Amino acid sequence: MTIKPYTILYKEQLSASVFLMRIQAPHIAAERQPGQFILLSINHEYGERIPLTIADADTAEGSITIIFQAVGFTTKQLAQLPVGAELAVLVGPLGRPTHIEKIGHVVCVGGGVGVAPLHPIAKAFKQAGNRLTCILGARSRELIILEKQFTAFADELIICTDDGSAGRKALVTEPLQELCQSARKPDLAVAIGPPVMMKFCVETVRPHDVPIVVSLNTIMVDGTGMCGGCRVTVGGETKFVCVDGPEFDGLKVDFDGMIRRLQAYRPQERRMDEEHECKLSKLEQR
Amino acid sequence: MSEVDNTALQTQAESLLQNLKAKNFQLRGPERMAIPSQVMPVQDPQERRHNTSEVALGYSPEQAMVEANRCLQCKNQPCVEGCPVRLPIRDFISRIAVGDFAQAIALIKESSLLPAVCGRVCPQETQCQVQCTLGKALKDIDKSVAIGRLERFAADWERTQGAGKLPACQPDTGKKVAVIGSGPAGLAVAADCRRAGHSVTVFEAFHKFGGVMLYGIPEFRLPKAIVEAEVETLRQMGVELIPNFLVGRTRPLQSLLEQDGYDAAFIGIGAGLPNFMGIEGENLVGVFSANEYLTRANLLKAYRRGVAATPIVEAKRVAVLGGGNVAMDAARTALRLGAAEVHLIYRRSEKEMPARVEEVSHAKEEGVQFHLLRNAKRILGNEQGFVTALECLCYELGEPDASGRRSPVAVPGSEYILPVDAVIVAIGNSSNPLIQQTTKGLEFNRRGNLICGEDGRTSLAKVFAGGDIVLGAATVILAMGQGRRAAAAINAMLSE
Repeated sequence: MTIKPYTILYKEQLSASVFLMRIQAPHIAAERQPGQFILLSINHEYGERIPLTIADADTAEGSITIIFQAVGFTTKQLAQLPVGAELAVLVGPLGRPTHIEKIGHVVCVGGGVGVAPLHPIAKAFKQAGNRLTCILGARSRELIILEKQFTAFADELIICTDDGSAGRKALVTEPLQELCQSARKPDLAVAIGPPVMMKFCVETVRPHDVPIVVSLNTIMVDGTGMCGGCRVTVGGETKFVCVDGPEFDGLKVDFDGMIRRLQAYRPQERRMDEEHECKLSKLEQR
Repeated sequence: MSEVDNTALQTQAESLLQNLKAKNFQLRGPERMAIPSQVMPVQDPQERRHNTSEVALGYSPEQAMVEANRCLQCKNQPCVEGCPVRLPIRDFISRIAVGDFAQAIALIKESSLLPAVCGRVCPQETQCQVQCTLGKALKDIDKSVAIGRLERFAADWERTQGAGKLPACQPDTGKKVAVIGSGPAGLAVAADCRRAGHSVTVFEAFHKFGGVMLYGIPEFRLPKAIVEAEVETLRQMGVELIPNFLVGRTRPLQSLLEQDGYDAAFIGIGAGLPNFMGIEGENLVGVFSANEYLTRANLLKAYRRGVAATPIVEAKRVAVLGGGNVAMDAARTALRLGAAEVHLIYRRSEKEMPARVEEVSHAKEEGVQFHLLRNAKRILGNEQGFVTALECLCYELGEPDASGRRSPVAVPGSEYILPVDAVIVAIGNSSNPLIQQTTKGLEFNRRGNLICGEDGRTSLAKVFAGGDIVLGAATVILAMGQGRRAAAAINAMLSE
């Protein structure tokens, strides 16, 4: 069995800090299903393993698409890699796939880069014969991603920005609330984005008895159940996002606990960032 | 023990060896019994608690020969009975005794594929050494022949001789074996099936090979170069090694057998799902499974601050829950990562601790504080969700339970608060549910362990298993032993 090198085949900067890459991985492209993710690292000896969701896959090209925001130590370095570079580590697809079925009207809510993992899920719900409403949110116009792709298959697409530079000037919860109160009340909601956004989406649908699925992106080391670093409380029980998730019943997730756990390495990350920038600026001075 | 003491040990061994040579190694039993136990040199505790180099430095050739001459060469070989893979202990020791190290390692390798590893991490005091006639005669198990240290010596000696001979492989059979997991069980299967002439592929979910020997056991107890050398030997034998491949998700097990042409598969994926206590505060920031803590430190090299990209908690006061080898490893790693205080909390007394005696004493020497007959009741945190303290409860020993161990009983009202900024949970592992979730037809017991026969055969045709996924959390040597039995069954099946 031969595994091809994890080569970056295509790279595109979607906004100031958001990047899209297609990476050669025919074995992952062949097996992946909506809702699954990968783990990657860019240095074999000293790299950090980070989970990223799969935004799309192309079995003909033998590639998967990742979309990420360059915010952490590793994502910033990843963003610097050129086409043709090889990733040191790429493992996947990980996590349980989304349960896709025909249930009627599905509303998919995505925020920021959460729109990326939402893409294959929304598409699959549409292909399963559901009526599909999509709500995509971002801080401003240039941070909206995949609008064109969603337009192609969504029955209705609602864009929201915090500053009103595109679509409605609103949080994604506003149109979600309106939908829940309308005659076209959804049979299922799917929300993927920043934890705070998912938390408020859950609170928005809760009084309307609309089931909601959320996809969690927590700190992980191995992604196979071995470390437990990704654990969250769901319905009072400890669950591992990597093997029990990444999707959970949003009504049961303890978002506050999860948000706290995401802060675990903030001090170290900040320091590494400073040291890294410091080294870079020294290099530039030379 | 200081540098001076290590020199003294060597001087003593050299003079003892001269006496032995003068007698041409012909000694009567009582004379052998009178030879003092050879102490293995170690790094100074105050120094080593700040570095990651190996703690135990190994015997010199002189020390090894002296120690080997303590062996009474019993006819009935009780030590062999105590060894899970029935290493020819008496015979390899008789070779070391006269300085024939090459023959010693050759004998060991007939039964064990990982002597450098097992010599370091086997619980000898509950296996071979507890059976030793000498230890019994001297009424002190610590005075048994140091079988593990001699095994380690022979393996290390071979490695320092440069490239050992590659094991011979039979001509290619055209049959393919898939080995899932590259821990001790998987590596044993890979070696034995390859030697039988089959083509072997090892699939590993991590980016490096060795399983628990790499991510779990720290460098200061098992240098990674030793594991890498074993893996390199397999590679040179022609075993195909595929990293970053999670069988079940990257490719279902059935596809390997039905579409990819594998004639047999071995599941050796370990018991990789950490147990937690189920107490209040366990999901606070600063609470880790030992697996996570050790993987960050070992595999991802987080101890190299400024070089490694993986962060690790920088705790000053650390509590470790548990009393096994993993708990000792975590506690001693915490010291090396800069903790000022490390508290080990264990529910029973020291006598019941499952950790190797050597690890317990090394941990104490390095300054780990033992809180015996104590248990964590809940973990306290601040408003930001970070750990601030551990509430402990005192226990006393009650009546022996089914396992023969006296079970601890809580003392009401004995709670006390231990301020800490990290808690590492090292209370064992359950089996990983992934292969169960993704493979139809495999039978598991209620604890999630794979059910299989003596020879590792599972409920699925062509699929074998061994190691911790079958045993529950056990030892390197048991995993290796199971791997070898399964390999023998696979080889028999493929030759039919």
